[in-house]
Amino acid sequence: MIHPIPPGTRDILPEEKLELRDLGEKLLGAFAQFGYREVATPTMEYEGVLERGDEWAAGASYRLFDEQGQVLVLRPDMTIPIARMAALRYVDAPPPLRFCYLALAYRSVQPRRGQQREFLQAGVELIGVPGLAGDAEVIAALCQALDAAGLGEFRIGVGDGTLYSSLARGLGVEAEPLLEKLAERDFVGLERVLGDLEIPAGQARALAEIPRLRGGPDVFEAALELGGEGRIDEAIARLRELNDLLGDYGVADRVIFDLGLLRELGYYTGAIFEVYDPAFGFTLGGGGRYDDLLGRFGKPGPAVGFALLVERLHIALAEEHEETLEGEAELREGVLVVGGLDRDVELARRLRERGLTVDAVLAGTPDPRGLARDRGLRHVVTATGSARATYEVVSGERDPSIEAAIEL
Amino acid sequence: MTGLAGDGLQIAIPQGALFEGCLDLLDALGMDTSGLRSDSRKLLYEGEPFSVVTMRPSDVPTYVEHGTADLGIVGKDVLAEYNPRVYELLDLGFGACRMVFATPAEHDHARQAQRRLGEMRVATKYPRTTAAYFERTGRQVEVIEVRGSVEIAPLVGLAEGLVDLVATGRTLEENGLVVREEIATCTARLIANEVSHKLKGGAIDAICASARAWTGGEHGAS
Repeated sequence: MIHPIPPGTRDILPEEKLELRDLGEKLLGAFAQFGYREVATPTMEYEGVLERGDEWAAGASYRLFDEQGQVLVLRPDMTIPIARMAALRYVDAPPPLRFCYLALAYRSVQPRRGQQREFLQAGVELIGVPGLAGDAEVIAALCQALDAAGLGEFRIGVGDGTLYSSLARGLGVEAEPLLEKLAERDFVGLERVLGDLEIPAGQARALAEIPRLRGGPDVFEAALELGGEGRIDEAIARLRELNDLLGDYGVADRVIFDLGLLRELGYYTGAIFEVYDPAFGFTLGGGGRYDDLLGRFGKPGPAVGFALLVERLHIALAEEHEETLEGEAELREGVLVVGGLDRDVELARRLRERGLTVDAVLAGTPDPRGLARDRGLRHVVTATGSARATYEVVSGERDPSIEAAIEL
Repeated sequence: MTGLAGDGLQIAIPQGALFEGCLDLLDALGMDTSGLRSDSRKLLYEGEPFSVVTMRPSDVPTYVEHGTADLGIVGKDVLAEYNPRVYELLDLGFGACRMVFATPAEHDHARQAQRRLGEMRVATKYPRTTAAYFERTGRQVEVIEVRGSVEIAPLVGLAEGLVDLVATGRTLEENGLVVREEIATCTARLIANEVSHKLKGGAIDAICASARAWTGGEHGAS
């Protein structure tokens, strides 16, 4: 019989689950080092409340009704819920507030590997630290977390969500149609729209080429040269200062400044970032500054944060350590105890008391060695009832504490 | 592993109508295309400064989107139809075709079907492009997706008209079909994976600059 589950959802079986738990703990551990404290918020929220944060409720796709006919949504991210929580429960708390999370969120995307409808996010929100000081810390925390996870080659793309509109406005050009093309990643379309406008060639060039600039701090000079009368001096000065701060955090070499970077969610007001790794063809997460959001919940204040897509991170890690995907899984330090459920429960108990993982099965279970291998266990102990239990290793060295436990 | 994880660049190019143009561009970019130009069945050509993999046109966006190819060359018709999450960097200017709506020259039932039955049937290999076009222009149609030789559809009564990519127009003409409406002009485009675009930015920008120069020269800017 087939029992389907909704598209974009998955059952996570023990081996994968163990790896995801391990990864989650490393990420939370790194966040904790920066003073971020883990919180949880409801999986379901009132649609009307989330809409206070963003008119599209940040893309919430799954709706339910409660017994009073109120519309609830499954949360599409954690940023709006945490903003709601902070505005509600930390009204008079002195800044900064640092929250982190490891939580599931829900969106009706086209399901693919690393992009599910029910997906795991790990992230932080830093509330009450305005401007670059906050942006820099959050980027540094992000780098620390990715390092802790073991991702060796990642880079963080950093841009400014307001830069292009400032440029356009400074040149007297309407930004909307241009931003639309940039959001679609369509540089050909962008040039076409610019070609249709009757503006001086230098200005068209600035609007076409500045968003293509990405790399180290050398892009700042290039942007200023191209920019002319466009009002980008402030945004560039901010990015320059951010670069200095990131140097102090020791992460400047991980950053790629990208003057064409745009993020999809509508609530970003300043710096924006994305995470890249050469082992994976899609971004691993991102974030930015969103200074207007808390005010919409009644407690105005600056805020900045990011979310990592943990499943994608997991895939990137596996791909980076490609060789571990070949061959058999490593066996764990655990004992299969044949008869540990019935013939000699005390033996199983003694082994557990020594801190060993014990997988007990009934006496007479066939092919214990094969079973141990399947379950990833290195040791097999077979209870014999009257005589001393037998002990064999599936691979590697014998464990003296198991020998000792059998002796008694 | 090539693509994102390797140091070089991997480019996916389409077999078929755009293949020759791609080879000319690759020549201009400094690649030795003799292997590609030979009769070999090989699909992957590894080399410096980039590797090339050939495939059917509609697969190019998939490989680029997933990052197994850093760059790709593909017609705008395919891009518009599949709307992949990739950067569209440059109009390469070659392979110009028109996306058109055509019906039989004689026995044209399209307008009557529209008026009396409320909608006409349009056969096409580009269902999304077709649906979007007719919606944009205010007409209700039934889009019938076919996988090949779409010209047959109106001739045997599967549909009143078709939407297809047309180069010289000879195929339509020989099948007694006439272009009624022009939907778009499609040329070959250079696309990039969103992560490669950042991590291999220097190399990609260099290729873009050379390709733009080549486009401006022989083939004219568009």
